[in-house]
Amino acid sequence: MSAPLVTRRGLVLGGALGSAGLLGGCDRINADPAVRHFLEGLGSVHKTVQRAFLGRTALAQEFSPSQMSPVFRSNGSSDIADPAYRAHVAQGFANWRLSVFGLVQRPLLLPLAALQALAQRSQITRHDCVEGWSAIGKWQGPQLGAVLAQAGLRGEARYIVFHCADRWGTAPYYESIDLVDAWHPQTILAWRMNDAPLAVAHGAPIRLRVERQLGYKQAKFVMAIEARASLAGLYGGKGGYWEDARDYQWYAGI
Amino acid sequence: MAERAKDFPAKGGDLVRRHRLATRIWHWANAAILAVMLMSGLMIFNAHPHLYWGQYGANFDHAWLGIEAVGDHGTLRIGQVTLPTTGVLGLSRGPDGGRWDYAFPPWITIPSHYSLADARIWHFAFAVLLIVSWPLYLAVSLANGHLRGDLLPTRAELGPRHIWHDITRHARLRFPTGAAALRYNILQKLAYGAVLFVLLPLVILTGLAMAPGMDAAWPWLTVVFGGRQSARSIHFLMMAALLGFFLVHIAMVVLAGPVNELRAMITGWYRLPRARKDRRG
Repeated sequence: MSAPLVTRRGLVLGGALGSAGLLGGCDRINADPAVRHFLEGLGSVHKTVQRAFLGRTALAQEFSPSQMSPVFRSNGSSDIADPAYRAHVAQGFANWRLSVFGLVQRPLLLPLAALQALAQRSQITRHDCVEGWSAIGKWQGPQLGAVLAQAGLRGEARYIVFHCADRWGTAPYYESIDLVDAWHPQTILAWRMNDAPLAVAHGAPIRLRVERQLGYKQAKFVMAIEARASLAGLYGGKGGYWEDARDYQWYAGI
Repeated sequence: MAERAKDFPAKGGDLVRRHRLATRIWHWANAAILAVMLMSGLMIFNAHPHLYWGQYGANFDHAWLGIEAVGDHGTLRIGQVTLPTTGVLGLSRGPDGGRWDYAFPPWITIPSHYSLADARIWHFAFAVLLIVSWPLYLAVSLANGHLRGDLLPTRAELGPRHIWHDITRHARLRFPTGAAALRYNILQKLAYGAVLFVLLPLVILTGLAMAPGMDAAWPWLTVVFGGRQSARSIHFLMMAALLGFFLVHIAMVVLAGPVNELRAMITGWYRLPRARKDRRG
């Protein structure tokens, strides 16, 4: 590198702050479990208040085709090396089955054609990444509620977990929502995006759309759907890959 | 603001009651809340250092602002104008002395290592405090007369001649003395009014407008701001305006006598400044 990375003023200021131990102090506070517990408790007010305003049925805004993003970027895993997944891609997902299991009366193995045969919902919605960017795209698929009704949700079920084909290191991606969002009319299992079959980069063969929450809840490459009474005991216990790995909020309505 | 017997007019050198308890509590609470909101917000910005206008905006769309490294240089780009900011914005040194490839440097962010998740935890916890403390302070200040008695400009004060007179006096660093120093001047009223009635409500509402849950609950939120990405841009600009207010505010406190001003905002007691000729004599 030829140009100086750091100006003298920046060095002096950074050095002064650093030597005062401010950075270390702040990070010690940030890492303190009691502080984090307190902050997360305070932050959970957002979920309570949002749910009070939202109710079960308030819809995310839907847009017209002219308002769609010219390019819908992909994020997270955009491809999967796993040979079993590659084989499904090669076969056009003809032998792929969506497993629905857990606290249901009738566990299901649904081929893509079965999901396509259910009543379809199509919606043009805004996808908001936790990082701050937004993209507007068109999604189509059956409502999750229709699949859950077919399987017959048992009374103890409180959460719907989505098991995905992509892995981060050794950890499989997964996500979960509660029954308020599971039965929401805009919560669909999208197999079409922007009027074309869902591309691998966007989570083929199906991707969850749960439109009142952020992008990391929109699980891609969904292979299995599990109904559970609790999120405890599943991987890190916080209900999702990013929740376990980085302490992202489980409720991503903000 | 001032609580003093009316039959003894205050004069330079007198120690008088200046700020109400409610004002003092809110002032310091608000300062702490906004400091955490600012520092954690800058870390959140680091996750996607571009701003857009409209409903959508991502990497392939036109960004009106970007703060990022181009090769070995940090840059701030606003529209077509690119400013070199190496060492401060776009590219600086990390806590370990290594290359820090983010918009804002670690000495001004919470936390001081890259963590979008941790920044969100801080930001949203303190957002709850801000959303509660701002309307609460307004309600208390309406009830105790602070808004009407101290902050509301009079018709005469809003005249262009009066405002210009105040600007020239500020520019020459001539601040009111004696009893006149007990009242906010028009520039103070306008600045504090802008913070209370424009910047804080806008920063709160644009913050809420970025929440997908709130957008479903209150669809008008993104409509009034022209889309979620516009709301994000306005949120950033309101932050910049609040930061600008803070810098001017600190400069004024230092120029007006920091010990006296700090005492007034901590204990409520303020020593009225003497006129220049008093000081000499």
